[in-house]
Order: sequence, then C-alpha cells, then structure tokens
Amino acid sequence: MLNARDIYETLDMINRQHLDIRTITMGISLRDCADRDLERCAGRIYEKIVRRAERLVRTGEEIESELGIPIVNKRISVTPIALVGESCEGENFVPLAMALDRAARECGVNFIGGFSALVHKGMTVGDGKLIASIPEALSRTDYVCSSVNVGSTRAGINMDAVRLMGQAIKQTAWLTREQNGLGCAKLVVFTNAVEDNPFMAGAFHGVGEPECCINVGVSGPGVVHHALKSIHGQPFDVVADTVKKTAYQITRMGQLVAQEASQRLGVPFGIVDLSLAPTPAAGDSVARVLEEMGLEVCGTHGTTAALALLNDAVKKGGVMASGHVGGLSGAFIPVSEDEGMIAAASSGQLTIDKLEAMTAVCSVGIDMVAVPGDTDESTISAIIADESAIGMVNNKTTAVRIIPAVGKQVGDTIELGGLLGSAPVMPLHQGRCEEFIARGGRIPAPMHSLKN
Amino acid sequence: MRAIVSVLGQDRIGIIAKVCTTLAENQVNVLDLSQTILQNYFTMVMLVETEQCPLPFETLQQRMEDAGREVGVKIKLQSEDIFNAMHKI
Repeated sequence: MLNARDIYETLDMINRQHLDIRTITMGISLRDCADRDLERCAGRIYEKIVRRAERLVRTGEEIESELGIPIVNKRISVTPIALVGESCEGENFVPLAMALDRAARECGVNFIGGFSALVHKGMTVGDGKLIASIPEALSRTDYVCSSVNVGSTRAGINMDAVRLMGQAIKQTAWLTREQNGLGCAKLVVFTNAVEDNPFMAGAFHGVGEPECCINVGVSGPGVVHHALKSIHGQPFDVVADTVKKTAYQITRMGQLVAQEASQRLGVPFGIVDLSLAPTPAAGDSVARVLEEMGLEVCGTHGTTAALALLNDAVKKGGVMASGHVGGLSGAFIPVSEDEGMIAAASSGQLTIDKLEAMTAVCSVGIDMVAVPGDTDESTISAIIADESAIGMVNNKTTAVRIIPAVGKQVGDTIELGGLLGSAPVMPLHQGRCEEFIARGGRIPAPMHSLKN
Repeated sequence: MRAIVSVLGQDRIGIIAKVCTTLAENQVNVLDLSQTILQNYFTMVMLVETEQCPLPFETLQQRMEDAGREVGVKIKLQSEDIFNAMHKI
C-alpha cells in the first residue's frame, strides 16, 4: 500500500498549499471554418467549437471530483482567427469574436483564446483587420482572449505591428474603462509565441497542431514555497534540488489529469505546461517563493538570480514527470495575480525595470502591470519593443500584457476581480519615444553565432 | 476502482466503526488501513475497492462525507491514481 505519510503530504498540498490544476485547455482547429461570407464563417466557428467542446467542462468536473484535485479553469484555444477570417469579405472581424464568445458561453468554459494574428514578419490584409478589430472585440465580449505575435528570433521584430499594438492597447483600455480596463487583461503581445500554450490570455491553437487536443497547465507556487521553508538557510544546491522534486510531483498530477481528460474525451493529449502560476490568494505567490530564498522583498537585488534558479529547476523537475512538455513552461510573474508581487510593487520595491530584467530569465514578460492612464501609445509600444528584443535575442517567449488605468495615477490601485486580482499603478520613465516608434519597419533578426 | 479514504478530525469513540459500517453498507471492501493519533488529531487512511459498490462514485463520496459529519471528522474519498502518480516513479 501507499505510505500513509505520502498520502497526507498530497492531501496537505491540496488542502493547505493551494495545489491545483490551473487549466485544462482544449485546442480546436478552425481551419475548416473559412468562408467568403463573414456570417457564415461565424456560424461555422460556433458550431464546430460547441460540437468539439460540449463535454469538456462536465468531464473536467468529473475528473476533479474523482481525483479530489481542483481544476480551476476549463478553457478553449482555437486557430488564430486572422487565418480563419482571412478570406471573409467585410471590414472587421468583430462578428467572429462574438461567435467565439457565444460558443464559450454555451460550453461553460472560463475563457476562449485565439482572437489572434501572427505578424512577426509582416501583415496580411486579414491580420490588419484582426488587429483593428481587437479593441471593439474585447469590449463587446466576456470570454474572448486576444494575442498578437509581433516578433521572433528568426524573423526579427515587426515594428509596424508594435506601433499598432500600442494603439490597440490604449483603445481597449478606453473602451473597457468602466471595468478598469479589463479588456487589456485579455490582450497579450508576444514575441516567439508558442503554439500549444494552455494559459490565457495568450492561448491559441497553432497551425502545426492536430484537429483537436488537450493541453494542461499545472500550478503550485504554494507547494514550492512550503517545501523551501523546510530547508531554510541551506545552500542553493539544496534549493534547486528541492524545487525539482516538488515540480516533479506537481507535474505528475498534471500528466495524470491530462491523460484522463484525453482518454475520456477521445481527444489526443498535447502537452503539460510546467508553469508556476500564482493567484492573488495568500500562500500562492511566486514572489514569496523568491523571498523565501533570502530576499527581503521581491524586486530587490538578487531577485533575477533567484528567479533564474526557480525557473530552471521547475523545468528540470517537470520534464521527467510528463510525456510531452510544452507551452510556456516556467515561472509566471503577473503583478496583479500574485499577492507578493502586488505588495512589492505597491511599496515601490518592484519596478518596471526590474520586472523587465526578470523576464529575461523566466516566462513570460511584463504581465498584468497597470500603468498611468495618460501613458501615451508610443510609450506602450516602446515597452513592447523592449520586451520583444529580450525574447528575440535570447531565443525565448516574451510578452506584454499591460493595462493603462484610465483616470488613475501612480499610487492608485485597480481591481480586476477574481484570479486577475488587483494592480497597483506603476510609474514609467518619462522620456518620450514617439520618434522611435514612428520609424516603423522591421528590426532585423539577430546573429546566431559570435554570441557574447 | 481502488480509492483512498482519508479521515481527519478530533478523536472520539466510534470513528472507525462509523467509517467501516458506511463502507460495508455500500459494498465497499477495505484492503488496507493505517491509523494514528497526530497531535490529538485522529488520522486514518484506508485503501478500498469500490468495484461492487452499486452507487456512482460521486454519491459514494457524498455518503462518506455525510458519515464523517455525523461523527465530527472530515472524510474524503479519492481515486488511488492521484497518489500513485505523485509518489511512484
């Protein structure tokens, strides 16, 4: 029989250390839904999603109950809508977003991702329509998440798209100002976006993916934190080893849930995403894990090194636990969704510059950061450009999910609700960057040799 | 299905009797059990086989929880798979 202590350990992780499966995400290809007629395309999208995902939520709940582990979100990701809508006549893709929203509501999922375009090298007519539709689409839907990939290590950075995304973020903030800019929490700008990410808001079902598949994202900062408390003051070798062992256990849980879901739904298993995803609840914070390593506050000197260790050890421990690892796989540092990050940012100890440095060693980027509402769009574009450069040069995924808080200033806090948490408005540099962003064009792809 | 019953709460007379009676009434066979008192708390884990139980798993979970409430302890019933996944390579 199983060791009773092992059983108690698992129960304790679930009941007291916030261990959960963060998401089961069903990826659905919509490539067969294209049509010249926009309404007919929208109809096909709705019909296909509902047909494929009708049992997703119920199956997730069954697994949750049988295994006794919470599965917080059930989600859907779809083919980037710019590809599906490319051949549609009509000026904008908002009706396609509405179809996604209706389908998500019908299936009972928490979010649907894929109102997306991949424009790292250039934009098609459809890509342009999609980007222009984002602010209205996000302000008229509840469940739809949007992402745009503006750069890659092989293609460089599309600075025209970077400029457009600065504008899209500002407009989205304005159109959803009555909900504190909630639309911006559902909009991600990527470099090196991955095709099988189960996490929102950046999930989409890439073109190399099968017809339908199941991807699972695990969580567990609370469990890692608890494990590190027991080795207080010991060398980093011990820290790394402890994180690895814990990540292994967490990921095994994700693998089990993924297999069960895949089998019960009759859909192939895609990947497990080995991410440490925090929530605003006390005891479920990545920042507190870093602080447990001996930092007084997340954001002080040493934070980047601590995060690098954590991120790497999570991957090393998780890789052996799962048949297929993918997605973003690393520690997330979303400010508003992490109790410790909120505290560090509110006290002024965690700055945007430190966050940027941290994104060089973890997934994903400047995430869920509120900035003053009067920040101009070129400054937002320039933040995106900086993040893209880090991703491009370091051959990793980076992203920006930033919320211009309309009518708010540094020192204010905006409430986004639920797992999205609350975000202190953080100060930015005041130097202007309009001319830099107005140049447009492309930043060429970097060298892959002579690395120093 | 092989499942784990975990029982946690203030110690008192009749907890094991209550748990075992409820399991027997529902045709659930006990394969193994381990029980101890940890810092005044009654803790017990049992490995059970639910193959002959006529009820859906969720209903059985509910009955165990209800039985626990009657004697003031928390009872959970979970598939064994989750523990195997986490603790066996």
